[in-house]
Amino acid sequence: MSGLRLNNLCKLYGEIQVLFDISLEIEEGEFMVFVGPSGCGKSTLLRMIAGLETISSGQLEIGGELVNDVPPALRRIAMVFQSYALYPHMTVRENMAFALRIARLPKDQIDAKVLDAARMLELEPYLDRLPKALSGGQRQRVAIGRAIVRDPRVFLFDEPLSNLDAALRVQTRMEIAELKEKLPRTTMVYVTHDQVEAMTLAHRIAVLNAGRLEQVGSPLDLYLRPDNEFVARFIGSPAMNLLPGRITGTGPVTTVALSAGGRLRSSVPSSDDLKGAEVNVGIRPEHLRLSSEPVDGFSGRVHTTEVLGDFTLAYLGADPRSPDAIAKLNGVHEGLKEAEVTLTASPNQVHLFKDGKSLNSRRGEAMESTP
Amino acid sequence: MSQVAGQGRSFRLAVNLSALALVALWTIPTAGLLVTSFRDKDQISVSGWWTALSASEENIIVRTAPPSSTTFEDGERVLVGQVFEAGAATISAFGVNSRRPTEFAPGETAVRGGALIRVDADGSYRVSGVDPGLDRGTRLFITKRSPPRFTLENYDRVVFSEGLGRSFLNTFTVTIPATIIPILIAAFAAYALAWIEFPGRTLLLAAVVGLLVVPLQLALIPLLQLHNSVGIGKAYLGIWLAHTGFGLPLAIYLLRNFMSALPRDIIESARLDGCTEFHVFRSIVLPLSYPALASFAIFQFLWVWNDLLVATVFLGNTEEQLVMTGRLRELLGSRGGDWEILAASAFVSIAVPLLVFFALQRHLVRGLLAGAVK
Repeated sequence: MSGLRLNNLCKLYGEIQVLFDISLEIEEGEFMVFVGPSGCGKSTLLRMIAGLETISSGQLEIGGELVNDVPPALRRIAMVFQSYALYPHMTVRENMAFALRIARLPKDQIDAKVLDAARMLELEPYLDRLPKALSGGQRQRVAIGRAIVRDPRVFLFDEPLSNLDAALRVQTRMEIAELKEKLPRTTMVYVTHDQVEAMTLAHRIAVLNAGRLEQVGSPLDLYLRPDNEFVARFIGSPAMNLLPGRITGTGPVTTVALSAGGRLRSSVPSSDDLKGAEVNVGIRPEHLRLSSEPVDGFSGRVHTTEVLGDFTLAYLGADPRSPDAIAKLNGVHEGLKEAEVTLTASPNQVHLFKDGKSLNSRRGEAMESTP
Repeated sequence: MSQVAGQGRSFRLAVNLSALALVALWTIPTAGLLVTSFRDKDQISVSGWWTALSASEENIIVRTAPPSSTTFEDGERVLVGQVFEAGAATISAFGVNSRRPTEFAPGETAVRGGALIRVDADGSYRVSGVDPGLDRGTRLFITKRSPPRFTLENYDRVVFSEGLGRSFLNTFTVTIPATIIPILIAAFAAYALAWIEFPGRTLLLAAVVGLLVVPLQLALIPLLQLHNSVGIGKAYLGIWLAHTGFGLPLAIYLLRNFMSALPRDIIESARLDGCTEFHVFRSIVLPLSYPALASFAIFQFLWVWNDLLVATVFLGNTEEQLVMTGRLRELLGSRGGDWEILAASAFVSIAVPLLVFFALQRHLVRGLLAGAVK
């Protein structure tokens, strides 16, 4: 039993509330990723699970047992810190054996466990080195090894890859994915601000923003069916285009007249009372395509293009730093700069947001009404 | 760019040169003291330590043997003898008149009152034609060149005859516990002030910092009265406690600052690994604070080693309790003119601090935290 249950968790620092009623169930063996911009409270949430931060209100259960007041050491969790937090005066072996020594395990068992973990992480040649004699990636593996030997119920990762360079980051990401496969029953909670890590590693992602849980779902779920504008723009790169408009036609297919001119159709159904409502139309850059037919679509002047070979990014509008829209067009498109283009998207890839919430099955509202 | 680099270079040169000048300024007197402590007592008084490696010249006045002790040589009445022991020095000049003491080179013959006087370089003289009626020998003005002479006699004398050896032991008896006790107490206190949350922590820390500025002279007499009234009196226990008390504010402050700069992640990681506070302290914080402990140990050791005031107040003046600084003060009074004694004493008292410094300075500069965090 190693599932987690977060029930209305709140965190206050004095008068300042940084986490608001976080409720979440994480199943045994699940790989859950907390993602969000910096300062959204995701690390605080992780540290509350670890027991390094007190819980201001709400309940935290690990394996069905309330652990609000259980000290970190007794929660049977292991944490990998962003800075690795290796003990600098101990060799790799001593680092990994430390927790077991504290737990007063017999020496032969400690040795066996450390050796197992070292083999799994390919750290055997480095067992007698000090951390300062290791590379960043190796230190990271030692930190993971130190967590593995404890055989924890829950594995916590606090931005473990952010100190690695790009190439190593990809490699270590895959190693973490492999690790998860080797430990199918261990629950893992992983905090990152990098959506690629979140998308590739997670079974489910919890998106946090300003101390609130915005949406929880599988990576594809978040990509295909974002509940709200924040999630829509946070997941995916470049971020989803949001174009203001007004609903002109309702029914199984909704038609929206864009404020800047043009018209788009969305397969998100709408009821009649929404006619005339102000909405934001959301289209991912990769779903926009050039069109010659001006009926369904919108036009704009391309300010800048970035030709990257496999695709071309076109920035529409006057200022490329806050473009009206970005289109990610397949293949090479040269000569678009300064050109007037018409872009369109197929209706089932067009999202509609009213007051920040998705109109698609009104999931955002449904979530709010059931606490 | 190269302009900037050039400025950097000349700046560095200036820095290095001034560092060199400062080093010279600080080490030259010490070097002088060291050389002096090994020199012969008589040579110290006639030439400076910087001439220690060259022969020293000295003007002496001697009288020849009285004419009554003349011998006959080749039928002539002559006086022969040695100005000084053969081999100890050489003579570079001599004279027979106090106004021209270096008139003759060795081997030449001077004439005085009908007598022919010859002094050789090895210090032997030969006077012929001397008037046997005179009752005193002739005065000779000798310029003597002695070869440099280095000796351990001064140390031997200082340590074994002047009582410095005993004082050396007394100082150790004071210094070692007075260094270890405050470190032990301060390490615990610093850990608590740095890493354990408890009400009043900031206030306590402020109080410790406040105590840093209290002059210890203020506390000497009340503390001694306290010691007398609780029955400690003038004893080693008393001075250990006094030094501990005077050292603690700085120790706590220094160690707390160091410990609180340790990466939070490491300490939290240890707590997650199941450590109790004591375990975190002993297994993680204490080993990582080694550089700070070492540097405070050096500070405290040097301060206690060189202390005279506290020792004067809290220890007696007996052979069993007189520390080295007290002994040196006494020597200054009774042997103030004997430089060889003072120089050797100074070096006996410097030797241990120097050893301590060089033994521990490795830990002062070693970056123990390298590799802890990215």
